[in-house]
Amino acid sequence: MAHILLRHRDIPDINKIDVYKKNGGFDAFKKAVTKMKPTEVTDVVKNSNLRGRGGAGFPTGLKWSFIDNKNWPHYVVANADESEPGTFKDRELMESNPFQFLEGLAIGSYAVGATAAYVYLRGEFWQVSAFLDEKIAEMEKAGYLGDNLFGTEYSLKIFTHLGAGAYICGEETALLESLEGKRGQPRVRPPFPPSFGLYGKPTIINNVETFTNVPPIIANGADWYKAMGTADSAGVKLFSLSGRVRRPGNYELPFGKTFRELIYEHGGGVQEGRPVKAIMPAGASSSLIVVDDKVLDTPMDYATVRTLGADLGSASVIVIDDTVSVDWIVDKTIHFFKHESCGKCTPCREGNYWMQTITHRIHSGEGKQEDVDLLLNVAKQMQGKCLCALGEFATMAVVTGIERFPQDFKKAVK
Amino acid sequence: MSLEKTHPKEVKRILAKYPPEQKRSAVMPLLYLAQREEGFINKAAMQDIAKMLDITETEVASIVGFYTLYHDEKAGKYRMQVCTDLPCALRGADEFLNNLCGNLGIKVGETTADGMVTLESVMCLAACDKAPMFQTQGPDGIKYHENMTIDRTMELIEALKGAK
Repeated sequence: MAHILLRHRDIPDINKIDVYKKNGGFDAFKKAVTKMKPTEVTDVVKNSNLRGRGGAGFPTGLKWSFIDNKNWPHYVVANADESEPGTFKDRELMESNPFQFLEGLAIGSYAVGATAAYVYLRGEFWQVSAFLDEKIAEMEKAGYLGDNLFGTEYSLKIFTHLGAGAYICGEETALLESLEGKRGQPRVRPPFPPSFGLYGKPTIINNVETFTNVPPIIANGADWYKAMGTADSAGVKLFSLSGRVRRPGNYELPFGKTFRELIYEHGGGVQEGRPVKAIMPAGASSSLIVVDDKVLDTPMDYATVRTLGADLGSASVIVIDDTVSVDWIVDKTIHFFKHESCGKCTPCREGNYWMQTITHRIHSGEGKQEDVDLLLNVAKQMQGKCLCALGEFATMAVVTGIERFPQDFKKAVK
Repeated sequence: MSLEKTHPKEVKRILAKYPPEQKRSAVMPLLYLAQREEGFINKAAMQDIAKMLDITETEVASIVGFYTLYHDEKAGKYRMQVCTDLPCALRGADEFLNNLCGNLGIKVGETTADGMVTLESVMCLAACDKAPMFQTQGPDGIKYHENMTIDRTMELIEALKGAK
């Protein structure tokens, strides 16, 4: 099947504007602006059952319908902060199929009446940002951005904004704070961005991959999109496959394919032919799943993965083989979260610090069983007590690691 | 010297991205601009940016302190930032970094004697399928180097030394 998102794998030069145009580029944006009311665009996206690809899986059209029409101006922001360990899909989209992403962002902006949109990229995507600036300039020159688009009243400008190295800025309200020129620390919600977002104005924030799905949905209709994937999770998804596989990379699959297909058919299986011991399906924020045949044959959609005691999240599947001890995995993830905690909520700031002290002790062979119990205790005390999900995510590998792989911890503290 | 004097075009282009009453948003791009010459942001630059945006110097300093890609101290001409997070570590990033330390004769956080390279270990850079990998942060911005070996890294460092 031809790719819907990774179209550059079928049409290598699609990041050139002429090639993109020749392959139907900007038709959907033109159709939306010249033939559809903004609410009709939102309705099509709603009917397509597209869910947000940043990790939370919130219905995209529904989010757009929440925009507060009593307060203006409106803003749209693309979350290109891609920082979850194991996730590397948005970068490929922006580098190789940038116009489809920008067109989706433009359609989303039209749907909620925004005349300015921002792409917030993590600071490390310096080169990607410069590349997008070129692509935005090309769109302006070709009349796809700017004033009175397609001879209508609608005008739109897109700007890039570089972060500077902070995982927390992927959290949407921290991102907004950062875009406003402040430290990236999450806001108390509610109010949610569709009523109180950038500069206190109604704002829609979606992931890069989410926006990239929009042009084909507007071009081909909601039913076409819904026909792919599963009843729970419509359409196609980019799976970032990493860890101990032979062919790590991004794979575009409809929802509902199995872990086995992803790891063995696409990823070429595990290095040295070893067995899969554990999977983290949502990057470092993920619960650890103990892998057996039943798990390998589980279809990957939001609802079904949840039956395994994990979230699919942004579908960053980290594969761990039987040579790896889970106490090391937990030590690595806590090292990350301790570094990335923004410091606003005490349980996350202090909890991660103490968890790191304990995981280091355990992994260095100086821990006792009491340390494992203490670690679990600290993690459980953090849960449900922080403003944003980081405080929650930090505990996932700890709790599921200890509960599902007790033998690894027993060995580590011996 | 104010950025408005030294880089008038860039400052104008940056400020134009945000609504005029929200110019505080420009603090991050302006900090990158200020950092470009020396690889770190000095106190005078923070004062200059604060004045330009009508915010306090403390507010600017808090941005510099919060984000890892801003620096307030001099380091090597290039910061070589190796990702050692979980997915990269599953593909040998820790060994890679260790070997690199051995080859350069420095520890993580240190700078080579010629002042060219400061070696750092950083969090996920969204290139997990291309480990071992690192980014270089230097006068020409940030660049990714993926699927790296020690040999290719040493060649890169030689090339950086040759470049002006």
